Amino acid sequence: MSTVKLTVNGKAVTVDVEDRTLLVQLLRDHLNLTGTHVGCDTSQCGACVVHMDGKAVKSCTMLAGQADGASITTIEGIAKGEELHPMQAAFRDNHGLQCGYCTPGMIMSAIDIVHRHGGQLDEATVRHELEGNICRCTGYHNIVKAVLDAAGRMKVSQAAE
Amino acid sequence: MGVEGIGARVVRKEDKRFITGKGRYVDDIKLQGMTHAHFIRSPHAHAKVKGIDSSAALKMPGVVAVLTGQQIVDDKVGNLICGWAITSKDGSPMKMGAWPAMAPETVRFVGQAVAVVIAESKNLARDAAEAVVVNYEELPAVADVQAAIKSGAPQLHPEAPGNQVYDWVIGDEGATDAAFAKAANVVKLDVTNNRLAPNAMEPRAAIADYDSAEEHFTLYTTSQNPHVARLVLSAFYNIAPEHKLRVIAPDVGGGFGSKIFIYPEEMVALWASKKVGRPVKWTGDRTEAFLTDAHGRDHVTHAEMAFDANNKITGLKVKTYANFGAYMSLFSSSVPTYLYATLLSGQYNIPAIHAEVVGVYTNTTPVDAYRGAGRPEASYLIERLMETAARQLKVDPAALRRTNFITQFPHQTPVIMAYDTGDFNASLDAAMKAIDYAGFAGRKAKAKADGKLRGIGVSCYIEACGIAPSKAVGSLGAGVGLWESAEVRVNPVGTIEILTGSHSHGQGHETTFCQLVAERLGVPISQVSIVHGDTDKVQFGMGTYGSRSAAVGLTAILKAMEKMESKAKKIAAHALEASEGDIVIENGEFKVAGTDKAIAFPMVALAAYTAHNLPDGMEPGLKESAFYDPTNFTFPAGTYICELEVDSGTGKTSFVNFVAADDFGRLINPMIVEGQVHGGLAQGIGQALLEHAIYDANGQPVTASFMDYAMPRADDLPSFNLSHTTTLCPGNPLGIKGCGEAGAIGASAAVINAITDAIGKNNLEMPATPDRVWRTIHAA
Repeated sequence: MSTVKLTVNGKAVTVDVEDRTLLVQLLRDHLNLTGTHVGCDTSQCGACVVHMDGKAVKSCTMLAGQADGASITTIEGIAKGEELHPMQAAFRDNHGLQCGYCTPGMIMSAIDIVHRHGGQLDEATVRHELEGNICRCTGYHNIVKAVLDAAGRMKVSQAAE
Repeated sequence: MGVEGIGARVVRKEDKRFITGKGRYVDDIKLQGMTHAHFIRSPHAHAKVKGIDSSAALKMPGVVAVLTGQQIVDDKVGNLICGWAITSKDGSPMKMGAWPAMAPETVRFVGQAVAVVIAESKNLARDAAEAVVVNYEELPAVADVQAAIKSGAPQLHPEAPGNQVYDWVIGDEGATDAAFAKAANVVKLDVTNNRLAPNAMEPRAAIADYDSAEEHFTLYTTSQNPHVARLVLSAFYNIAPEHKLRVIAPDVGGGFGSKIFIYPEEMVALWASKKVGRPVKWTGDRTEAFLTDAHGRDHVTHAEMAFDANNKITGLKVKTYANFGAYMSLFSSSVPTYLYATLLSGQYNIPAIHAEVVGVYTNTTPVDAYRGAGRPEASYLIERLMETAARQLKVDPAALRRTNFITQFPHQTPVIMAYDTGDFNASLDAAMKAIDYAGFAGRKAKAKADGKLRGIGVSCYIEACGIAPSKAVGSLGAGVGLWESAEVRVNPVGTIEILTGSHSHGQGHETTFCQLVAERLGVPISQVSIVHGDTDKVQFGMGTYGSRSAAVGLTAILKAMEKMESKAKKIAAHALEASEGDIVIENGEFKVAGTDKAIAFPMVALAAYTAHNLPDGMEPGLKESAFYDPTNFTFPAGTYICELEVDSGTGKTSFVNFVAADDFGRLINPMIVEGQVHGGLAQGIGQALLEHAIYDANGQPVTASFMDYAMPRADDLPSFNLSHTTTLCPGNPLGIKGCGEAGAIGASAAVINAITDAIGKNNLEMPATPDRVWRTIHAA
């Protein structure tokens, strides 16, 4: 057993876990943050993507202990109260989700993509960057639209801040 | 159309919980005292189970029980059933071997469960499973459908000699032979329809909770049809009578057919929860999904099409071998028969058709309905044949299709289906215009100058959806009726709950079904909620598959709405001292036509419940229900055209354009319809270019994770160019045909027709991987 201290969605958390516990298990089973999903177990599908210190990581592919001292943000932590994150709003407005299972990981990856590329996003780049996130419902058409839409919204909201 | 009524692009009500991480899927649910199950699965494709030693596992920390196949047989849990009886051409019933939920004696595919460990945590269950020793005696195995029918092939079930489940025929063999005898041209084609793994992103899961005091079970499960699950678990598997079993399918992360079926894991979880006296949870991992979710397709077909001197089709002969895997899954028998061969007329006038389908057991995962279910196989075959014919007859492929289109409706095909309406020329025109078909030759020449092979491929699909009239499917062997139910509950404050037997696992029913209510009553959709997926809340329902929820489920809601509105009008007329016939519903008010007298809908609802001043003899309350059974299938149809380039140096395919022109009848929410088409197209293109569930000769699956099985990624696909043409379905009052499967049915032929056009060689199997395309280009 190990004690893992980390910040999750802005709150300090201390959890005792088996050494083999994955970060996704810590989030889902210990903290009841079930918005982060497991879709493949092999780091392919990206349903488990969260942010660690601001960067997208696959939480099924790292041990909880590796997140000791880190700041983790999950899908539950990106809206400001009732105000959705621009990426969440763009997924809804562009019908970028159907069953919703891949959606949290998609949104967390997409935010990271926009952060890394700034305003320099086009369709081909978004499609290439989404390589690590699999969706079976949407054919990606509306996800790509949503990410491009959100990139514009995020630029506007950053400019406003 | 109001802003939230029929035809409006309303954003989805259900999205907020999914985009904020508040969805509630089965694996998100925790019950007090819950244990965790891990299945011990056969590593062999075919073997005798000689013994199971769980003594070491039982001593491990946190282990509650190890339960085996023999115990589940001893406890008289029923074998899995196949719910659609098919009769062979010799009159004999289909031949099936027994499928116990866990194998007591013989395993017949890799991944079949032989035992289950129940422990305090998932990790402890997995640890203990490692310590269970299963002694297998390996048997020869066969995975390929053509190898399985050869004499001397390993035999799976003594009940099915030669591994043959059935040898079924449809159509008029004599008339078809006569057509071929007189044919000016005959076109022949061999095609393989590659096996696919459905891969809904949420793996299957189940939580079973037995209440010993009430002798009552609750099952949370990833189901597309919780009532059908309850019916089968009760009536056939001896789990519990229906009133002692509640099945809840909460948020479900995609289905595509694979979550229609009742699988061994749910049965074992229910049985085990009673045995150990605690809730039991099982959540599959992705490899378990590959090994145990029913696969799709896997046909090998030889077909011949006869033409007269005017290029009119005069006959079609088809022989198909369908791989069923090791056991007959719930609706598997109907897929290559009544859902496949009945669509072999395509969009064309074909006077004579004869098809023979041989269903075959192999040592592979069971095969059943996957998005489209039989109709993609039929459409792919016919559209590859049409393309092959156009090349052989040296005519334009679009023109050959036009020459043979059915233009008069209703149209009775020689293979059962009676198409009610359609306009195949309209969808072909729309697609050709969208892709600038006329300008293709110029684009191809320019691409050639740039060193690229450019091709164009047409696919004109038709499908039978809205499955279907109960009487008709019953006469064809179905074990269930295929109607749908609905209940409209108006609360005293005028808010509305719609209870439906349809189940949404991505389709957006919580929005589209509200749009019907908004359309009829003029109330905002925020005042309406959709209740589904719980057998304790909804009385009964047949679930969601076969693109049936709008055509059948929504029509049931309409019927219940009409009853409710009729009563509400009587109440309003009484309150307004007017005649019931003069009451009209507008913008949430019940008005006396031509006057300013009106009563708001909530006041009508309140009057129904206060019951202070109702018409004489009227019961209080405002709640109505309906069961709706359609009169026919619906027939969505359309044209897909794909333009692409092939790099002859690498064999890699790149999309230039993909256009879809679909006729789905009336659209409730075009945004959601487009989303359904996008997803279907991705699955059809995935089949054409990427996906293949592969077994080696010994029945070992070689594609059992996303590292081996090529799921379509965002950069494998183009953006799609969609349009709609409309002929309203005459079979239901809303004119709806259904849109859930079209993309998966029509897309793969368009892609393969385009690649074979580009490379100038007609024979190319799916998936057309770069390796396969390169070899085809450079073959001698």
